[in-house]
Amino acid sequence: MAKEFWRWKEYNWKDDSINWQNGSIITAGVDVGSVSSQAVVLVDGELFAFSNMRTGSNSPMSAQNAMNWALENTGMTLQNIHYTVGTGYGRVNVPFANKTITEIACHARGANKMYGSSIRTLLDMGGQDCKAISCDEKGKVTNFLMNDKCAAGTGRGMEVFADLLSLPIEEIGDLSFQIEVEPEPVSSTCVIFAKSEATGLLRAGWPKNKVLAAYSSAMAHRVVSLLERIEIKEDFAITGGIAKNSGVVKRLEKELGIKALKTTYDTQIAGAFGAALFAKALVEKERK
Amino acid sequence: MISAGIDVGAKNIKIVLVRDNRIIAKDKVLSGFEAKENTNSLFEKILTDNGLKKEDISSITSTGSGRKAVDFATVSVTDVTAASKGVTTKFPSAKTVIDVGAEEGRGIRCDDKGKVVDFSINEKCAAGSGAFVEAMSRALEIPIEEFGPMSLQSDKEIPMNAQCAVFAESEVVSLLHAKTDKKDIAKAICDAIAARISSMVRKVGFEKDIAVIGGVAYNVGFLRSIRSNLESEVLVPEFPEFVTAYGAALITE
Repeated sequence: MAKEFWRWKEYNWKDDSINWQNGSIITAGVDVGSVSSQAVVLVDGELFAFSNMRTGSNSPMSAQNAMNWALENTGMTLQNIHYTVGTGYGRVNVPFANKTITEIACHARGANKMYGSSIRTLLDMGGQDCKAISCDEKGKVTNFLMNDKCAAGTGRGMEVFADLLSLPIEEIGDLSFQIEVEPEPVSSTCVIFAKSEATGLLRAGWPKNKVLAAYSSAMAHRVVSLLERIEIKEDFAITGGIAKNSGVVKRLEKELGIKALKTTYDTQIAGAFGAALFAKALVEKERK
Repeated sequence: MISAGIDVGAKNIKIVLVRDNRIIAKDKVLSGFEAKENTNSLFEKILTDNGLKKEDISSITSTGSGRKAVDFATVSVTDVTAASKGVTTKFPSAKTVIDVGAEEGRGIRCDDKGKVVDFSINEKCAAGSGAFVEAMSRALEIPIEEFGPMSLQSDKEIPMNAQCAVFAESEVVSLLHAKTDKKDIAKAICDAIAARISSMVRKVGFEKDIAVIGGVAYNVGFLRSIRSNLESEVLVPEFPEFVTAYGAALITE
């Protein structure tokens, strides 16, 4: 089988310093996206464990798999979790969820925790959509815009390019800066046409990294036009898989003239993190 | 008097030689990355194959998105003008032209004399173009020629959620995983492109008769879907992808 250059690393993580048995509220958030799924487990609102994996063709199974993987080697089972919120494109397919909440609300809530309450504009660059979200100091959504019709400006579009150029997706951000001069962005919006354009550039002798740079800046430009329509306010942060792609992030920051906030958390778990925080609030309300 | 029409498209270069409004020769080649060189050699080939010299051609009209690649043309016209000229000469009753090429879809409305009244083009997005069908036939792993005939074997209506070709590829893979029959998926794809093209044609306001040209007109599944969507019969010329080059050849100085 041919090497799959688009394939990013799936993994799970847990905080060994937290003894969950001492926790009073244990909640989970499961974000079933069109491309990736995450399960996050919180103990009293603090990140305890999570998993990040590719969504399979079966959503309920993907939700279950993500949850099982997050709980792996934690000694915790589904029965120990007081409340679970499902979110994302496939949120209706989280069989063990107590409630579902839209991913827009969850991303804003999660980002508020991950980046701090000063965040006012959030850009979520997901697998098959891209959302610009305005939020207040509580992480409540005040406005949003999204593109979910077109692959330009989404992670899936970047995966297509990684495959076309035979470059591993986790390295393409850095590779896109290994160039002599920054090229003009690819002119086609449509990923299918951009692919033909890129093939032409390769044929004309462009090195792969230069083609990558041209595509990354086209993607950044595309997203900037979405952000401009929502009126971008600082602080600004990016979540989703593309937040890990420095080739897009740095070009985006340059075009906006604004730096995005950094976080030590995995940028792909914002939705699931927010869902688990909502779950915690719901448990607190019930117990009152 | 022989005139030539050269249509440099996104995917193919088409050349037609015309005498007394009749096609006497036609040929095509992939546009590739050297459209200019490929146009030149195709033009030389069609002359040689028909025992003609350049002096025998009284007029050369270029058209298509890559028409600038033809530096020896005597006239240059847009593909919309050429397409409507070609169609209305072939089918004098035609008032609406649907032209679906490799990377563009067009809806053109013309008057009784074949003059363009209004048109709409989609050139930004692969949905509703030949590139969409190609991407889908790759995802389904069936040759593009078999796509249309295969879709005719199905009467099912499966709605496609994705408009974007990239997302539609993933959707097709999911449908295959869910054990959906390939012929039903092929039908769903034809319906999807037809819906996209129909909405564009409705924007310019269509009037009968309707003619369909461009490479995608070879796809019988697409033709069925467009008939059903517009609730109208459609006229399809024998060589739909050469009609624009033919129309160009008819437009002389």
